[in-house]
Amino acid sequence: MIKRKTPTAKILSYFFLIVLAYIMTYPLLWMIGAAFKSNEEIFGTIGLLPKNPMFGAFSAGWKGTGQYGFSTFLYNTFLMVIPTVVFTAISATLIGYGFARFEFPFKKTLFTIMLSTMMLPATVILIPRYIFFRNLGWLDSYLPFIVPAILGCFPFFNFMMVQFFRGLPLELDESGKLDGCNSFIILKDLLLPLCKSAIFSVIVFQFVWTWNDFLNVLIYISSVAKYPVALGLRMTMDISTEFDWNQIMAMSLISIAPPIVLFFAAQKYFVEGIATTGMKN
Amino acid sequence: MHIRKRYNYTGYLYILPWIIGFLLLQLVPLINSFWYSFTNFQLLGDPKFLGLENYKKIFTADPTFLQSLKVTSYYVLIAVPLKISFALVIAIILNQNIKGINLFRTLYYIPSILGGSVAISVLWKYLFMNQGVVNNLIGQVGFKAVDWLGDPRYALGTISLVTVWQFGSSMLLFLAGLKQIPVSQYEAARIDGAGRMRIFWQITIPELSPIILFNLIMQMINAFQDFTSAFVITQGGPLKSTYLYGLMLYDQGFKFFKMGYSSALSWILFAIILFFTSLTFRSSESWVHYGDSL
Repeated sequence: MIKRKTPTAKILSYFFLIVLAYIMTYPLLWMIGAAFKSNEEIFGTIGLLPKNPMFGAFSAGWKGTGQYGFSTFLYNTFLMVIPTVVFTAISATLIGYGFARFEFPFKKTLFTIMLSTMMLPATVILIPRYIFFRNLGWLDSYLPFIVPAILGCFPFFNFMMVQFFRGLPLELDESGKLDGCNSFIILKDLLLPLCKSAIFSVIVFQFVWTWNDFLNVLIYISSVAKYPVALGLRMTMDISTEFDWNQIMAMSLISIAPPIVLFFAAQKYFVEGIATTGMKN
Repeated sequence: MHIRKRYNYTGYLYILPWIIGFLLLQLVPLINSFWYSFTNFQLLGDPKFLGLENYKKIFTADPTFLQSLKVTSYYVLIAVPLKISFALVIAIILNQNIKGINLFRTLYYIPSILGGSVAISVLWKYLFMNQGVVNNLIGQVGFKAVDWLGDPRYALGTISLVTVWQFGSSMLLFLAGLKQIPVSQYEAARIDGAGRMRIFWQITIPELSPIILFNLIMQMINAFQDFTSAFVITQGGPLKSTYLYGLMLYDQGFKFFKMGYSSALSWILFAIILFFTSLTFRSSESWVHYGDSL
């Protein structure tokens, strides 16, 4: 609450926040520690810090046990995630602009349809989509991830961009029109520079979601050579013996690093973006 | 101000990708899945019309359906309210002007970024296994080890913890909402002599109610379909005690390749989700307050 705090109340708040922060981050801290521990130490002790930090788990895990190492899985993930993210950002921007700045017949109806697809459970269309992509010969490729991104099939992001464009002053567009710019130039030169925070939010969200996606990659990607980290990690866990814990923790750590790094890099824009577009209507 | 609406058809050009995407990748699949649900469709070969056979079998001759429905209901009932109340309480605590608040906000949000990733599921498995850290920790305090993942009584709770742990994104929405509540409201209430609890129930909760509704609906839709943690950590076991609906859909469709049967199951889930979301919407008329601040 926005009340002036007494010193005791302040200390209590801090105490609570710190304890909770410790509980919340404990699993991750443990994971980091475990990646540098020996296997005996992982389960014999409860300390977070390794007694004798070792890096062997990283190199062993990186090489992997089979034909394909972790570097392949990581590379594949980027191959899948980056186009998906880029196309989502582009399509969401165009669609958001279209809905926010133009009047056309059935706009309201179309917009309502788009909003309601936000609540359409993905599991209902999972099988027909799978069959559709299978008939196109797209199984075991990243097209089932990239093509929906090109076609703006993530209504959440489209909606975010609509909300954001609605918040930008119409005078910008008017001044552009007076200068004789067409609508695309207005978008590209006048509005886009102001959309940074919203576009960053789309990028971070979509990156994280696609990176973490498991059900879809499980269904669509079948050859180990094309496995992204989600599948690679699970395979490693399944085939490894009980004594490879530190390797698996090391690889898990590497696999969660890119989303975290991106989040911190874009945090400023990202939090701003949620605050300005997330909920207002 | 428009006196007469002037249409600009260029708008269609911009939303064209979505129109194609909606028709091809959402509407047609939706219709197809409805059609498949009345057929025997084994992936290789064409769907053969069965009438209501799939549905009849699900409701009368499939014990795993009932088990999975039970497990999923418990899961949604445990995980969603816990997650949202956590998010709300912590957002309120974070909504004060003390130093370092951004750091805490970030720390609490991190689990949400990692979301349902396989890495977190693997981590959970290690934390909660028999000789895992959690048992070591409670052993230090003198408690007996608990079979978190192997005992049907605890496994679902342990899986739900992964979900609750990710309260960060709901928390951010609450924080954004809290920032919009005018300070003057709190001041007026305080002058009237309202205590902390009264202020919470009579100002904070009503002002945040649209966001509570939004979080409730979205989290419910997601929770009904959750998959990764139960699949990776326990594979639905022990004794199908964590056999969430998503796992059953996957097994029927992509393990046994019963595309028709799985589609019928997915429409039942759709109906359940629709029922609960509309119930929530309906009830919201009595508890959601749309002020002018939102």
